[in-house]
Amino acid sequence: MRRATAGLALLAALLAVLPAFARGYALSVATLILYFAYTGQAWNVMMGFAGQLSLGHSLYVGVGAYAAGALFFHYGIGPWAGLWVAILLCVALGLLVGFLAFRFGISGVYFALLTIAFAEFTRIGFDHLDWIGGPAGMFLRVAQRDTWDLANFRGPPVMYYYAMLFLTAGAFALCSFLLKSKAGYYWLAIRENEEAAQALGINTFAWKMLAVAVSSAMTAVAGVFFAFYYNNLFPEQIFHISRSIEIILGPIIGGIGTLFGPILGAAVLTLLSDGITELLGALGWELPGIKQVFYGIVLLIVIVFLPHGIWPGLARKLRLDR
Amino acid sequence: MSSQITRRRFNAALAGAGLAAALAPFGIVRAQARKVRIGVILPRSGYLGFLGQSCQKGADLAPAVIKDMLGVDIELMNADFESNVDTARTRAERLIQEGANVLIGAFDSGASAAIAQVAEQRGIPFVVNIAAAPQITEQGYKFTVRNFPTSVDLVRNGLALIGDLFQATNTAPRSAVFMHVNDTFGQANAKAIAALMPRLTQLPFKIVETIAYDPAAKDLTVEVSKAKATNADFLLNVCRVQDSIILRREMVKQRWQPMGIIGPGNPGMYEEQYYKALGKLSEYSISNVPWYHPKADITRAVEKQFLKQNPKDKPMYHALNVGFTFESILIIADAFKRAKTADPKALNDAIHQTDIKNRMMLGGPIKFNAKGQVEGIASACIQNLNLRPTVVLPANAAEAKPVFPVPGYKKA
Amino acid sequence: MTWDLVANVAIAGVLTGLVYGLMALGLSVIFGVVRVVNFAHGEMMTIAMYATVALFAAWRIDPFLAVVPVAAAFFVFGYLLQARLINPFVTRPEHSQFILLLAVAIIITNALMVSFGPDARNVQVDYQLESYAIGPILFDKARLYAAGMALAASAALFAFFRFSLTGKAIRACADNYLGAKVVGLDVKRYYALTFGLGAACVAVAGCMMILLVDVTPILGPAYTLLAFVIVIVGGLGSMGGALLGGVLIGLSEALAGLFIQPSAKSMISFGLLILVLLFRPQGLLGKKA
Repeated sequence: MRRATAGLALLAALLAVLPAFARGYALSVATLILYFAYTGQAWNVMMGFAGQLSLGHSLYVGVGAYAAGALFFHYGIGPWAGLWVAILLCVALGLLVGFLAFRFGISGVYFALLTIAFAEFTRIGFDHLDWIGGPAGMFLRVAQRDTWDLANFRGPPVMYYYAMLFLTAGAFALCSFLLKSKAGYYWLAIRENEEAAQALGINTFAWKMLAVAVSSAMTAVAGVFFAFYYNNLFPEQIFHISRSIEIILGPIIGGIGTLFGPILGAAVLTLLSDGITELLGALGWELPGIKQVFYGIVLLIVIVFLPHGIWPGLARKLRLDR
Repeated sequence: MSSQITRRRFNAALAGAGLAAALAPFGIVRAQARKVRIGVILPRSGYLGFLGQSCQKGADLAPAVIKDMLGVDIELMNADFESNVDTARTRAERLIQEGANVLIGAFDSGASAAIAQVAEQRGIPFVVNIAAAPQITEQGYKFTVRNFPTSVDLVRNGLALIGDLFQATNTAPRSAVFMHVNDTFGQANAKAIAALMPRLTQLPFKIVETIAYDPAAKDLTVEVSKAKATNADFLLNVCRVQDSIILRREMVKQRWQPMGIIGPGNPGMYEEQYYKALGKLSEYSISNVPWYHPKADITRAVEKQFLKQNPKDKPMYHALNVGFTFESILIIADAFKRAKTADPKALNDAIHQTDIKNRMMLGGPIKFNAKGQVEGIASACIQNLNLRPTVVLPANAAEAKPVFPVPGYKKA
Repeated sequence: MTWDLVANVAIAGVLTGLVYGLMALGLSVIFGVVRVVNFAHGEMMTIAMYATVALFAAWRIDPFLAVVPVAAAFFVFGYLLQARLINPFVTRPEHSQFILLLAVAIIITNALMVSFGPDARNVQVDYQLESYAIGPILFDKARLYAAGMALAASAALFAFFRFSLTGKAIRACADNYLGAKVVGLDVKRYYALTFGLGAACVAVAGCMMILLVDVTPILGPAYTLLAFVIVIVGGLGSMGGALLGGVLIGLSEALAGLFIQPSAKSMISFGLLILVLLFRPQGLLGKKA
């Protein structure tokens, strides 16, 4: 465990000084990695900890982004106030989905499809909501971008990098706390065998609801970040099922249910994606689509040969699991 | 401890071959004054793949044509953003790091807005080839210009041309049914139409019903049934190519023959796929869109080069995509020639002072206003005649006379 | 709103729904036996559509004849996919299966993009644009024939499962995995056979779908989702349910398009899915789990 702590401290230090070396492209890729690490961590609370497979997390990213974005766009209300509205809305939505699903005993594949249905339902709904621009999109005003303006969350790329680093570190700390708390043990019991957990007197409904609430609240924050980082929102993009899939790929490839899995998975996948682009560019293979074919093949190989993801094996090799 | 970390980093580097490149802060290549390096960001795969590849043809032919025209050397650096906004942003950063002096792109409004932010941040000029969302040039960007009309301009020109068309053919339809695809582009155009129609009292017709359909629609049976039931004189539709094909076919199946089909400012019905998929049924459909001047010298040069590089294809099927992508590179080459340097700041100043009279697309000279928006791009009335898009209006560029109402029109 | 408008729209909805049903039937059969959700279902159908286009372009083979070679090829493809790739995943958790089939889907979509380019393709048969008219009611020929084929293929599959020895053996594997093993059935082989059959099903649906819809490489995910909606509504694992779900979704989307804004009609399908999941999670015709 001491090795792990030291390793973690070193990683954190490296990430903290990264902007001194990396600019532009590298910083933007690093921000993207942290974004997926964070959202993956949020998803992991529901799936990795409590065993509830959500394939519709874009719902919370989208609603969070639109909530804070619309408040800013229409009333000039800054992101810090919008953040709480976004969290409240997403938690309410998550609890609604959870309540309906868990009350009626829906789990597994059925639960996954229910989450897709909610995300898709909302996507089409937002496409018909004039207040947020519908499919024509909502464009947040991008006023200044040179100095740090934390109150309005406006500034240079390095500010967004540090915001994302802060969020990822916070999510890591929160998750490691949760895992060691009572909630973590109950979730584990539910994940491994829900009926047995119930027989032991665990109120599985309440604990699953807690997992959904934590996960949706965390994802909502990512949504607010997304809104102020990209400054333009389209329902078709933000709620799309492919966005949900992007979120869950990281933790599954990295190692589901582990703390490092989402971070490692996000880094590997993002670098893999850009690496293949570079490699094919160097080889002169410019056929559109060929990159994604290779990406798919690598994904296939990883899931076939490393069913538990990359992290568990790697941790054993580096002796970080002790 | 340290060996562990190196090992971990090494593993990560193996996992992503791009890591070294991604983290290298030294990759910046200094601008060379002898040629200008243009980063071209287009969606060549993903759901916009078809359109991105069409635009790419316009970029690919530009260096040869422009070398002949202006004697300027251009190096293209192509990037595919896979129809994904995240990727658009990182690709833009990557191109800048690799030494692009200027960026063009991105067909899609969301991606263009994302790239514009990167361009602004890094002080690299960005020329939007195609993207109609008005907001892109309303953000106060100093490094972004757009040589494409906003949806409001597009629709205003398109509706005015409908008036001209009726005058030229001595017709006065009373009613139209308006169908539009409910995506970013379709919605913006629909809003523009709703805002403009009440003010255009000279137009003889009223829109009796508006029908919005899903961009992912694969079947438009219901939509066409509904439209047919309105008994409108003609169909006004804002579509993309695939849905316009489905729409046209469904009209035949349901035996609906209005006076005509008119697109007030959208692609779709003049594109190759439309002719290929529909054959004879593609005849007489009308699109009022920005178009190249069929008789201009540049058009000839572009056409020649296009055929050389794509012997099996025809430039007119990609007119709007190729034309505006080519022009955005022309704008850069022209600015580069005047600035005599590829320094991004100097290039940006030169781009903002652009005044190109000898252009390919119809309309006034290419000039940007204070916001970086071009003004005075004209539209032409394009009708499908003999299986090819033909300019029928304005009269000075016309290749044939408009046909309206279509033969076989049956009063419902 | 006139009655003939409603009737025309409803008829088209039911006919299209039958083809949807056949597509979903493949998904339902696979899940019913193998208990794996085929997340690459729509993508597989897209391959079948391209195969039909290619056969038509090369030798003018009518889609109704193309059904035979395409379905046969898909049977082999499905069999091998299950035998080589998916069988080890049968006992793994759902998210593992999901990623596996997602990877297959990504590879299929983009391999099609590389080989066929991004353009929409279709077949141009002479009956495609014709329709029968009975008074003000129009029957679109291609749609009518396609629906007929969907019914015939479904009937054949029903008969296979009810009357053939292999069909009964597969049902035994589905009902009682352990029992089937005990009596000496090679369960893994029957799984592969089932996946082959499901693939053949989706192949036939693809051959028919190309008469109604143009194919592009990126068509897959939308149909995968649609197939899910249909089988959940009808009952995951229930064969009759898949057909019923298809018709129901086809009809409700058509009518929703008529009475509300067509662009919002998919909301009705997803809304229906949510309601069914909540109040009858086993689906309309599904057995209680």
